[in-house]
Amino acid sequence: MLPVQNQVAVNVRDLVKQFGDFTALRNVSLAIKDNEFFTLLGPSGCGKTTLLRTIAGFEHQDEGEILLFGDSIAGLPANQRPVNTVFQNYALFPHMSVLENVMFGLEMLGSSKAEARPLAHEMLELVRLGEFAHRKPAQLSGGQAQRVALARALAPKPKVLLLDEPLSALDLKLRKAMQLELKALQRETGITFIFVTHDQEEALTMSDRIAVMSAGEIQQLGSPKDIYEHPDNVFVAGFIGETNLLPVSVDEITNGHAHCHLGGGHKVICSAVEGVAVGNDVHISVRPERLRMSAQPSDQQSLPGTVVETVYVGSDVQSYVQLNEGPLLTIRTQNSALGKQAIFALGTQTYVTMETGAARLLQD
Amino acid sequence: MILYAPLVIVTIYSFNDSKSIITWQGFSLRWYFDMFTGPESAKFKVAASNSFIIAIVSATVATTIATLAATAIVRGGAARYRTASLGLLSLPLMVPEIVTAVATLIFFNTIGFSRGLTTIILAHIVFCIPFAYLPIAARMQGIEDTYEQAAMDLYATKRQTFTRILLPLMMPGIISGYLLAFIVSLDDFIITNFVKGAGVETLPTAIFGAVKMGIKPNIMAISTALLLVSVVFVTISYFVAKADNKNK
Repeated sequence: MLPVQNQVAVNVRDLVKQFGDFTALRNVSLAIKDNEFFTLLGPSGCGKTTLLRTIAGFEHQDEGEILLFGDSIAGLPANQRPVNTVFQNYALFPHMSVLENVMFGLEMLGSSKAEARPLAHEMLELVRLGEFAHRKPAQLSGGQAQRVALARALAPKPKVLLLDEPLSALDLKLRKAMQLELKALQRETGITFIFVTHDQEEALTMSDRIAVMSAGEIQQLGSPKDIYEHPDNVFVAGFIGETNLLPVSVDEITNGHAHCHLGGGHKVICSAVEGVAVGNDVHISVRPERLRMSAQPSDQQSLPGTVVETVYVGSDVQSYVQLNEGPLLTIRTQNSALGKQAIFALGTQTYVTMETGAARLLQD
Repeated sequence: MILYAPLVIVTIYSFNDSKSIITWQGFSLRWYFDMFTGPESAKFKVAASNSFIIAIVSATVATTIATLAATAIVRGGAARYRTASLGLLSLPLMVPEIVTAVATLIFFNTIGFSRGLTTIILAHIVFCIPFAYLPIAARMQGIEDTYEQAAMDLYATKRQTFTRILLPLMMPGIISGYLLAFIVSLDDFIITNFVKGAGVETLPTAIFGAVKMGIKPNIMAISTALLLVSVVFVTISYFVAKADNKNK
């Protein structure tokens, strides 16, 4: 028998969904493991919500199939799928108390009120809202309503919990707190979470794995670290975090290294990737925090340029360096590292050091 | 305000302690007692009870139909059918009532239906539906469909979703629609007068019949009482709709 962690909870195969002329999902395939915090990340209109709603049973695919722990759920309506959803606007029933809301799913599954009540109380304790059981949803704050929605969806013990941008209505501080709470809740309950968001930071914070989506397709699937450090293409590199996206031409590929040049003739060496050949005009991505400035050229790749702007952004200082006859680079220096790393005044000549491996070659 | 002057005058003179309707002889409730004990009281009591039976039955049936129609029209189907259905449903509001009255009469005659209480109730149900429908549909449109999705997601059947979620959420609209339908039925004269059988009177037709032989002060008292019922119902309907808006 397979270890539990490797069992596939949701297996999506070649899913196609069209709304009139608009294709929301083009042949999407992915396997979500049991007990995993899985995030669908992408800009609005990328198909992430459609995919979630198709798993929930609110939409029906035109092609492809969805397996839940090995069983096809194509023919099952939403009320027969052992998955529950936390809605973006929570959709708490306004005419019921918090407790009645949480009891609803249990009652619909056939529990009597007497059986459902202690379970519902237990769920409310889990989200630390025990004292709020008899309030109406209108008397709750946004964060509390969010937690009730979670308790309501978790009460029937679903095999998979679907979360449709549940944190987007909360303010920043509350959102950060809820991110950690959700992550902890997932670990405690051991239920597979499928989380939809357009917020890349949220996705990086919480997920075990992320599928980055755009235009109805999965662009890249991997751990947060994979996706941030080794983006597969220009879209992923640009969407996740800040980056310097620079057009390059590939001059030579030897020993797995690609020798490229930027505009202005600046030479850059990075790891070769499949699908990029000599003579191609492609892009590289360099994260601003992977670049250093120095007064003299260093022994690594050093690109000469001029500091054109410095911006103080709290924890970091952001410098903009115009390479000689080349592109503009953004460089991020942590304030805590100022002792070791230099910041240069406006207009000064400087050398930008790009350590090997900092630049990532991308397919377009 | 000037438009309400006749109503105000009727109301004031209903408290007149005089057999004449023009000379004021001091305040009295005699015509209100006369409503229950006077020589014509038996006739008006029967008419009033007819009116209330008709209003209750037709408002109940019309509201039920309107609720189901609103659920189906607002939730199901394409947008163009929605507009068409709304137009069709509100048609009785635009068609001159006399036309509806004549048409209904011809219809009952053609199918050989003998006129009486039943014909009045049937006719009232039909023209009460749009009055009940409008507030219910307005309410329904304000209910996001995520509530139903959430209920379905939590394993409720379609029927459970309707009775446990939709119906309670629609209730303010339903009450408002019911009261409106009730009042419209209670006050109707034209259609009732056409389709009522001989000897069956409702309050409005009975008042009309009495007025034909000259206006007596007891008519003013009855009219004022009817006015009061209408005002109370419309006010309740208004506050139900308003209180509910605050809740959302």
